[in-house]
Amino acid sequence: MLKTEAFDVEKVRADFPILNRKVHGKRLVYLDNAATTQKPRAVIDALVDYYSRYNSNVHRSVHTLGEEATEAYESARERTASFVGAKAKELVFVRGTTEATNLVRFAWGAANVKKGDLLVTTLMEHHSNIVPWQLLAKSREATLEFVGLNSDGTLDMDSFERLLKEAPRLVTVTHCSNVLGTINDVAAICAKARSAGATTLVDGAQAVPHLPVDVGAVGADFYAFSGHKMLAPTGIGALIAKKKTLEEMEPFHGGGEMIREVFLDRSTWNDVPYKFEAGTVNIADAIGFGAAVDYLNAIGMDRVRDHEVRLLDYAMQALSKVKGFGAYGPQDSRGKGGVISFNLADVHPHDLATILDEEGIAIRSGHHCAQPLMHWLDVAATSRASFAVYNSYDDIDALKAGLEKAGKIFKL
Amino acid sequence: MSGADIYREIILDYYRNPRNFGKLEKYDIDAHDVNPLCGDEIEVQVRVGDGQKIEEIKFTGKGCAISQASASMLTELAKGKQLDWVKQVSKEDVFKMLGSPDLGPSRVKCALLGMKVLKTGVYGYLGAHYDDEDEAD
Repeated sequence: MLKTEAFDVEKVRADFPILNRKVHGKRLVYLDNAATTQKPRAVIDALVDYYSRYNSNVHRSVHTLGEEATEAYESARERTASFVGAKAKELVFVRGTTEATNLVRFAWGAANVKKGDLLVTTLMEHHSNIVPWQLLAKSREATLEFVGLNSDGTLDMDSFERLLKEAPRLVTVTHCSNVLGTINDVAAICAKARSAGATTLVDGAQAVPHLPVDVGAVGADFYAFSGHKMLAPTGIGALIAKKKTLEEMEPFHGGGEMIREVFLDRSTWNDVPYKFEAGTVNIADAIGFGAAVDYLNAIGMDRVRDHEVRLLDYAMQALSKVKGFGAYGPQDSRGKGGVISFNLADVHPHDLATILDEEGIAIRSGHHCAQPLMHWLDVAATSRASFAVYNSYDDIDALKAGLEKAGKIFKL
Repeated sequence: MSGADIYREIILDYYRNPRNFGKLEKYDIDAHDVNPLCGDEIEVQVRVGDGQKIEEIKFTGKGCAISQASASMLTELAKGKQLDWVKQVSKEDVFKMLGSPDLGPSRVKCALLGMKVLKTGVYGYLGAHYDDEDEAD
């Protein structure tokens, strides 16, 4: 697809084989993209091609297959890094955002966080950007504090500024909330945190798949995201950091590949990023990640974002007409990713998800791995519809009809 | 019966007007559990009378229609029975009580949470170990 062509969602949909399947005899309406996205044919083909033509271990083999696999793996690193404006040497392949935050917890945290230090995160984080810091705080006898939220689901910058006065060691924040969709001004947050002397980490798991992201402009010390939420396979993700930062850190996992020399009493480390990629790496899925990035690049992230804003506007207008519908978080699509968390009167999200499933509609119900945020919202759970580039107005019409059906069943 | 057919009149009625909902002033058994996957939550309190009879039983909780209706119906069934009855009650009994819905694997745990909590409490009271893997899965 050329960038000059108009965006044609039907053409995009044709690239995703799974969208042809039926669920309970109905067309699949997949609106659980914040959990994981579907994969285009190009990504599936990249995996099949690797396993059927040049499966081999990377970096160590001098035979043809080994060289082809190494080239494909390193090329995927380069394309994925450049997708977010980074250099190849600044990208560590990890399993996903959760492994990235845990890598920072161990490889950076163990050497840099001391007793009595303050770590700061926010109330809208996914558990993957809370629990590692709780564990780090506990092991280093540091404390963890949370930036609060305004009633519209944006960060309370006053509470952030107050915490900055206490000179935190680390500030972590999500680029885009997986529940509320709130897009945070991470560039401003990182700049302020940096002047207060803090190291910064941004969770980009819900941003990189949906917005044009330039990690240089964000200015975080660490930027993490997951492949499977952006059309790539599961089990592959990226941690981006400056070469110097990575060089100053301790290793994460010890083993093969990450070493330079091993003696009986000590070892020396491989260059970055290999220092952080112990053992045989996830070659196939990294190659699939590269294919996903190529696919998104061919559409253009500006157009991906435009499409999702159109879907958000259409959905908010359509769904707000459904009796009992109430959405959480920012209502203006310009400050919001393609995520709508909502409740339908007293219909519990799990009951709603069951009723929608009967119609072939996949949404997420529950706490979305964000229990502190659920407590703040004062709800046990929410329903969540989240969009990707292949969703259409038809999908939203189907969701609206499904909600109306649930309303009838529950006699709202 | 499948999918949305679970939500019959009677389930919705128990969801919106749960019987035996609340706390007891005096109780001998107090058990609580959550389903970590979905956050469904049930607490059951029991006052045990002569002959190990369930004299009073109440529950509180938060969660989906299935978990709350199931727990409420179970308290009605349990009231007046011996504690031994709780040991014998099975997941099939609970499904039958709910009208034998075809619950998918992700919703079965919702239906069985009330039973799991009641059994945990009763086994604790009787001083025996209750292995939830055998009974509540």
